[in-house]
Amino acid sequence: MITIFGVPSAALFGQLLLGLINGSFYAILSLGLAVIFGLLNIINFAHGALYMMGAFVAWMLLNYLGIGYWWALILAPVIVGGVGILIERNYIAPLSFSDQRQSFVLIGATAIGFLVLSFGFSLSATLAFVGAAVIGVAAASIYAWKRPSQSSTVHVDHLYGLLLTFGLALIIQGLFRNQYGVSGLPYGIPPQLAGGQQIRLFDAPIMFMPNYRAWVIVASLIVCLATWFMIEKTKLGAYLRAATENPTLVSAFGVNVPLMITLTYGFGVALAAFAGVLAAPIYSVNPNMGADLIIVVFAVVVIGGMGSILGSIVTGFTLGLVEGFTKVFYPEASSTVIFVIMVLVLLVKPAGLFGRAS
Amino acid sequence: MANATTAGAALPADTNIPTVLHEPRGTASFHLKVFIGIAVALVIAPFVLYPVFLMKVLCFALFALAFNLLLGYGGLLSFGHAAYFGMASYLSAYSAKVWGFSPELAILTGTATAALLGLVFGAVAIRRQGIYFSMITLALAQMVFFFCLQAKFTGGEDGIQAVPRGRLFGFINLADDRVLYFVVAAVFLFGLALIYRIIHSPFGQVLKAIRDNEPRAVSLGYRANQYKLAVFVLSTTLAGLAGALKAIVFQLASLTDVHWSMSGEVVLMTLVGGMGTVFGPIVGAAVIVAMANYLATLGAWVTIVQGIIFVLCVLLFREGILGLVARWVKRPL
Repeated sequence: MITIFGVPSAALFGQLLLGLINGSFYAILSLGLAVIFGLLNIINFAHGALYMMGAFVAWMLLNYLGIGYWWALILAPVIVGGVGILIERNYIAPLSFSDQRQSFVLIGATAIGFLVLSFGFSLSATLAFVGAAVIGVAAASIYAWKRPSQSSTVHVDHLYGLLLTFGLALIIQGLFRNQYGVSGLPYGIPPQLAGGQQIRLFDAPIMFMPNYRAWVIVASLIVCLATWFMIEKTKLGAYLRAATENPTLVSAFGVNVPLMITLTYGFGVALAAFAGVLAAPIYSVNPNMGADLIIVVFAVVVIGGMGSILGSIVTGFTLGLVEGFTKVFYPEASSTVIFVIMVLVLLVKPAGLFGRAS
Repeated sequence: MANATTAGAALPADTNIPTVLHEPRGTASFHLKVFIGIAVALVIAPFVLYPVFLMKVLCFALFALAFNLLLGYGGLLSFGHAAYFGMASYLSAYSAKVWGFSPELAILTGTATAALLGLVFGAVAIRRQGIYFSMITLALAQMVFFFCLQAKFTGGEDGIQAVPRGRLFGFINLADDRVLYFVVAAVFLFGLALIYRIIHSPFGQVLKAIRDNEPRAVSLGYRANQYKLAVFVLSTTLAGLAGALKAIVFQLASLTDVHWSMSGEVVLMTLVGGMGTVFGPIVGAAVIVAMANYLATLGAWVTIVQGIIFVLCVLLFREGILGLVARWVKRPL
């Protein structure tokens, strides 16, 4: 066994690998946050909750429908992305409407739905609440469909977006906690990726590389780079960047900006769900898995700055590695090292490493 | 309290900006009546309601008032105020229990800790604005949480328990809930008066100017960052006072006090009561603490209900309870 700086190489590289995996989650989540922030001008506090929901959807697909990991990897982001679209249409978009009628329909239908389901059909409170949320969203969507000409005239204070999504995160996490407890549910590694490789350097074993962990890193890199390519190199991405700069002008060219905003939110949220499915076999599927992660991701976003897509990816992976290193050499600081780096970056380069000064 | 109308006099003479005062005449005397009403209610309350519950409300009301000073008047949404509340709570509990400080010294120690922490964190956080400011304060508070989780003196998951209430100034025995209640009520009233005074001082007027239009305030020669830092430190100090007091009242400092959910709760109290109203956070704190008491047996439903209230407030009742009342009585509250 080789030792590096007095640490067995297996321990060192094992932690670095785990760091890299965490880093890939940071990268995917901060990417989603950055894309959403660019177009909606809100910071999506529910991102962690929706990451958790992605993991849970994968677990539910397996345990209720018998649908395995590979399909879940596609289906969970689609389902959670759909939830995100409904959230954007019915909760976030009305923030900028000049009247509150859609919100009244939403809240009213949800409240009535809850009363009917919990007392009329005597469902458990959690299920009744989920059903009521569906009813409320459906009613509000139908209402919005009938009078689609809601112009977003009022300037949304970023404050309200943050508070709203924080509230949604509390609700989503609370519902899952009620239904599934906090102890965590196991989700197995897909059989194709079981086992691992012994990595050797000049016949000396350096580390054991589990196949699944290698897959997580590769898959996240592919998704991150695909997102980067889509935003920076395709026509759709060009529209997106243009709408980020000046939505009024872009809509004057005939682009349906509200639709674009909705789809962007759905896409950002789907990314989070994808990370959640990737995480499910590594960490147990737990209602709290997103809550602490999202705060670290906020720090990552502050360090990287939200101006650049590649910047988010690089920062995410790098900070994951740094965290892994710290876990080996000074484990007490491993949970705070990213926050310390954040402070240092703010002192030296307040706009973030890749950010544009505002 | 009555000299709100003279605030403009302290502005630099040559700037000639209209002062940001739009309070109708008679507001100051109306506020004085409200203030007296609160004082009277505080005297009667312990004979009607359970003093420990009231003390909890008062501690959180002071916390929310401190938070609202920053959000409502500085326009800065800190999502990490639990750090100052919690650290003050820990230091107050530790100094009272381990160092044997008298309660007034323990509370001062806790408050001073929060002030110092606020100065350091504030200097970092005000380097960014808007959403970034919120994220930075949240991240810094999370750092404090992990520190408290690992540090020896906080007692980890157990927290610091059985903190002695001691004797105030050496002769007032705080072991009696009623006696302690009146001490807490006095501190609360002091905090409320101080915050009212800050809001209506020339300093407060400049703060509102920066909140409403920072570039303009800067172009008029105000050093916006110094004002922001000052209000941040004031807010964290008062949040610390609330936390330190809480540790003495409940004889406990624990990780709950520094957790991000505590930061969320104080935001919720302010939002429910009415952001930017002077007295709103008191109402908000009473509502949220009462709700938490009623729902305590329902486990995770507390967070769900909190989430629902967040969503409801943002979508339908942005003014909060006192914002609505203020519109109804046609006076700022």
